Amino acid sequence: MPFPAGDTLLILPELFLTAAASFVLLWATFVSRPRERGLAFFSIGALAATGLLLFVSARMAGTLPRSAFGGMFAMDRFGLYFKGILLLVGIVTILFSLRFISVSPYPGGEYYGLILFSTVGMLFMASGTHLASIVVALELMALSQYVLAGYFKRETKSLEASAKYFVLGAFSSGVLIYGISLVYGAAGTLSLAGIATAFTTAKPPAFLVIGIIFVGCGMFFKIASAPFHVWAPDVYEGAPTPISAFFAVGPKLAAYAIFARIFFVGFGPRAGDWSAIIAASAALTMVVGNVGALMQTNVKRLLGYSSIGHAGYALLGLLAYGDASGIGLWSILVYLLAYAFMNLGAFGLVILLESKGYAGESVDDFNGLAAKNPWLAAAMLVFLLSLAGIPPTAGFVGKYFLFSAAMKAGWFWLSLLAVLMSAVSLFYYFRIARAMYLVEGEGTLHWREEPAVSAAIALCAAGTLAMGILPGPFVQFARTCLLPFGP
Amino acid sequence: MTAPFFFWFFAAIVVFGAVGVVAMRQPVHSALFLLLSFFGVAALFITLNAEFLAAVQVLVYAGGIMVLFLFTIMLVNIRRTAGQPYVHRQAGAALLVAFFLLAVVGGTIVASSRTSGLADAPADPAKLSTTTISRMMTETVDGKTVKTPVTEQVAGNSQAVAWGLYRDYLLPFEVASVFLLVAMIGAVVLGKRTMEHVD
Amino acid sequence: MIGVTHYVALSFLLFAIGVTGVLIRRNLLTVLMSIELILNAANLNLIAFSRQLGDLNGQLFAVFVITLAAGEAAIGLAIIISMYRLKGSVNLDDASELKG
Repeated sequence: MPFPAGDTLLILPELFLTAAASFVLLWATFVSRPRERGLAFFSIGALAATGLLLFVSARMAGTLPRSAFGGMFAMDRFGLYFKGILLLVGIVTILFSLRFISVSPYPGGEYYGLILFSTVGMLFMASGTHLASIVVALELMALSQYVLAGYFKRETKSLEASAKYFVLGAFSSGVLIYGISLVYGAAGTLSLAGIATAFTTAKPPAFLVIGIIFVGCGMFFKIASAPFHVWAPDVYEGAPTPISAFFAVGPKLAAYAIFARIFFVGFGPRAGDWSAIIAASAALTMVVGNVGALMQTNVKRLLGYSSIGHAGYALLGLLAYGDASGIGLWSILVYLLAYAFMNLGAFGLVILLESKGYAGESVDDFNGLAAKNPWLAAAMLVFLLSLAGIPPTAGFVGKYFLFSAAMKAGWFWLSLLAVLMSAVSLFYYFRIARAMYLVEGEGTLHWREEPAVSAAIALCAAGTLAMGILPGPFVQFARTCLLPFGP
Repeated sequence: MTAPFFFWFFAAIVVFGAVGVVAMRQPVHSALFLLLSFFGVAALFITLNAEFLAAVQVLVYAGGIMVLFLFTIMLVNIRRTAGQPYVHRQAGAALLVAFFLLAVVGGTIVASSRTSGLADAPADPAKLSTTTISRMMTETVDGKTVKTPVTEQVAGNSQAVAWGLYRDYLLPFEVASVFLLVAMIGAVVLGKRTMEHVD
Repeated sequence: MIGVTHYVALSFLLFAIGVTGVLIRRNLLTVLMSIELILNAANLNLIAFSRQLGDLNGQLFAVFVITLAAGEAAIGLAIIISMYRLKGSVNLDDASELKG
């Protein structure tokens, strides 16, 4: 036996979810259209059970971190933190999709199956400690998502989103893999720990820097940061809206997990080579995202640009690599949790409005929402305040720690730019708030019409407020989930 | 490392094929040039002691991916795309910028690879075709079953790759199988003419 | 003498040609083929380094890269076929419903 049997225990959650996803696909062939809700509830149950298994296998694994499969996979609190959020994102996405899929002419079985498979890929990404396992998991996630983006394949927009996402995604994977090939040449190994050792002991050749830049470009694409962001607004606008919500949060979180792991653990000793590049991209991303959002009238596009801006803020945490307290990393962890809650929530409102016909995409569709349904308007207001970074919401907490991490690392101009861009973001978030509260609209909207979506929105709003009002426990928890790295 | 003639010959084929892919107007011509390039790369793999990968390159790329491309080209009627411009309008400017960037990056890579000391180190291809395995040997001694661990050398590049894939790379190997399953489902979902249930 | 540098240079040339193809071509099929060239360039690099280092990991990673290329090609071609059915064109910039 090359690996101890206990290694299988560590990937039990992933194994279970893979089996569940395959089961959904098989079951789907026997299920008639009106009964497809069963598939959705089964998928939600599977995701929740995976979360439980995560807990069980972490308990049974004993002392963390534990490495398995010859250094391919690590079970550590950093990975578990991401996995927990990713499973939650999966559940919320399916809640958003329930009615959306049942009123569409497209079948639900493959849809839910692909969401589960994509989540499997993301879970493996969060735990990958070897470039081979990371790349394969990344591709598993990405491939499922190319298909999901084009799932409404007789709608030109959806298919175009898929084509754009695919071409740019495959291209960026190519660049990433080419970069990895150069890193392999310089380090002589593909395991992150091995790469770190190789770079601390010997002076690597100059082509390593180019390899790191190429790997960075691949990462920038996956998190949609400038100059590789152009796909994001198009894909978010074109894809089915629950899938846009999924794209805006799930893959970004998973990509941040591998970004942090590759750059902190693997390329950590060469931080001098990459911090300037990340700083440049962060600055550009914040400006492009926030200024781009100013001109949007389509809410999905607006949220697309705003999520680009948010990717830029989170990059600030990576710059605080050298800080011994690990603030760079845990500020990203806190921020990403906040980001998941507030962004999913905002997309949820779009889905809720959209289900009244294909209308919820324009800012005007929010007109008079406060009069129609004060609860939904209040929830949207919470998400908007949080996205803009105003206390007492999760977004403020996240941004506060990120910006102070950048300050501590000595990037004053960048922190200043981030604050400035947050101020700019107020303008476009306020446009939606103004439409809800100050403009009169027509029709009525009751939350009971969409119980699943409303429940998911309530969950996100509760999370956003809880993190904003009582940030202590969240921050404390994130601080225990750091990676084993050091300058 | 390699006989210079083989390297230059196959390198020329690879580059000729690659340029053809990008420069040809008709996709079917591009595909044939791509095939040429794939074969050149496979030949270079043999010069680099990667016999197994050379075979996989021919089987998967030339045999599998290429057929997929040709089928698709057959299905989408290419005549309709003829006559239109086949490159972007700003292609000239893009080419210039790309050329400049690539010259700088490529120069750095090549120069540093030359001076890195990596090139001076003696290559040890023998390691690529042997692998050490340890297994339990079961014997029957005096009617009892005795298990003893043994370590042995296995020769051959394919054997070495196989042990690597199924032992050291077991986890990515299994994830790759899920990946291929998703590729299959995805291709069916997107490519099938109608996906609605008839009920 | 032919050394690893020759292979790295060739691989970079292949990469550059692939990138150029992705940037300048309009036809999705040709763009997909250019992406295959990029992946081939990475494999050439991996295997050349693998031989130079006397380390099998490069070859093993290359096996996975070939797998990924196959999966991507399958999905890419499926997208191209659906797009052709819907719009009668496989050009990327005819995909214009989304304002870029």
